[in-house]
Amino acid sequence: MDTQQALIRYCLRLGDTNLILGHRLSEMCSRGPMLEEDIALTNIALDHIGQAEVLLNHAAELENCGRTGDDLAYLRPEWEYYNLLLTEQPNVDFAYVIVRQYFIDLWQCLLYDHLRSSNDKILAGLATRFLKETLYHRRHSSSWIVRLGLGTEESLQRLVAAVGGLWKYTGEMFESDEVEQTLSAGGMVPDPGSLRGLWLDAVKSDFEKAAVSMPVSAHFSTGGRAGRHEEHLGHLLAEMQYLPRAFPGAIW
Amino acid sequence: MRTTRYIIAENIAIEELVWERLALIPDPEIPVISITELGIVHDVRWDGEQLRIIITPTYTGCPAVNLFVAEIRAAMHDLGFDHPVIEILYSPAWSTDRMAPEALEKLRKYGIAPPVKPCGPNGFCAAPEVVPCPSCGSGHTSLRSQFGATACKALYFCNRCNEPFEYFKHF
Repeated sequence: MDTQQALIRYCLRLGDTNLILGHRLSEMCSRGPMLEEDIALTNIALDHIGQAEVLLNHAAELENCGRTGDDLAYLRPEWEYYNLLLTEQPNVDFAYVIVRQYFIDLWQCLLYDHLRSSNDKILAGLATRFLKETLYHRRHSSSWIVRLGLGTEESLQRLVAAVGGLWKYTGEMFESDEVEQTLSAGGMVPDPGSLRGLWLDAVKSDFEKAAVSMPVSAHFSTGGRAGRHEEHLGHLLAEMQYLPRAFPGAIW
Repeated sequence: MRTTRYIIAENIAIEELVWERLALIPDPEIPVISITELGIVHDVRWDGEQLRIIITPTYTGCPAVNLFVAEIRAAMHDLGFDHPVIEILYSPAWSTDRMAPEALEKLRKYGIAPPVKPCGPNGFCAAPEVVPCPSCGSGHTSLRSQFGATACKALYFCNRCNEPFEYFKHF
């Protein structure tokens, strides 16, 4: 795999992960448990969709085959989407929304922090910008982990259920294949596996504050980064892509 | 025949004219400050034939960007530039340090607390310790919501006025 192809795929993976998470969060609009959270979740959605837009536009430019960032977002089927499985998991309840967000926030903070020193000037510049936004998300989600953990019996029980339900999707963040290997050999992206220890340390520290024990699981689901998804993504895309597919070329 | 020096001077004068016009465009969300005071106009270049305006959005997903572009286009049309190139620059990232000092005072008078430099490590994301109330100046305020009506604001409450107020986040 040449560097150019690897870079395109990398931007799609990161862009798709942001887009699908942003869309999931946007589903919470008007469904937040309280006004402040409704506003928070939709603001965070906007940041992810913004990051996705920039990354998909960049992927489209690198591809240089006439597709735009919008084409990539609206006209690809699920098997050409490369987001992490974690991001397509449904909004079961508020705890699920927060835990999913928390796992991603921690990982993106580490990833963007490392990407700031990428040899690729464009990636480095974008990561510097994205990191500022993501650190703010992390502050929000990690404070909720502690509040849910130390809240009521009900909030603790829901937090534990969400952690248990989502933990198996966290392994995928640290996987690598020839895409990451090609790029990390050239100093363009960090080795995903190198972030795992830092990520686990951060989770441990927050879970201690929240009085929640770390899950023990040897099994991790995988496939999203290669276009193999669970049933959720198809439903999500059916809604997200409906308008541009039903009315091709429609503009506001 | 015009000399090179004359042409350069003329180009600079035109760029200054463009900057002056841009300074009249209000921020769509906070109309008391202009887009130049907000610091989103990165550069203006006129080479004698083509006008290029380079802007840097505040937050990556800021929905106001499309409005900025439309308003800049309309303003340039008034000046006689029909096809300006408007580029969006993502790096270097926008920061609240790019805001003009007078903009901060305008924000405060408008009822929005201007950004406070955080003292913690990792600077930009840590919550500032004290955000003074834009109305009474009291430091007895508390964070109500980390997020607000736009990406750049948080919601605070003044315990002295007993009123909520918006805070322009340090970024």
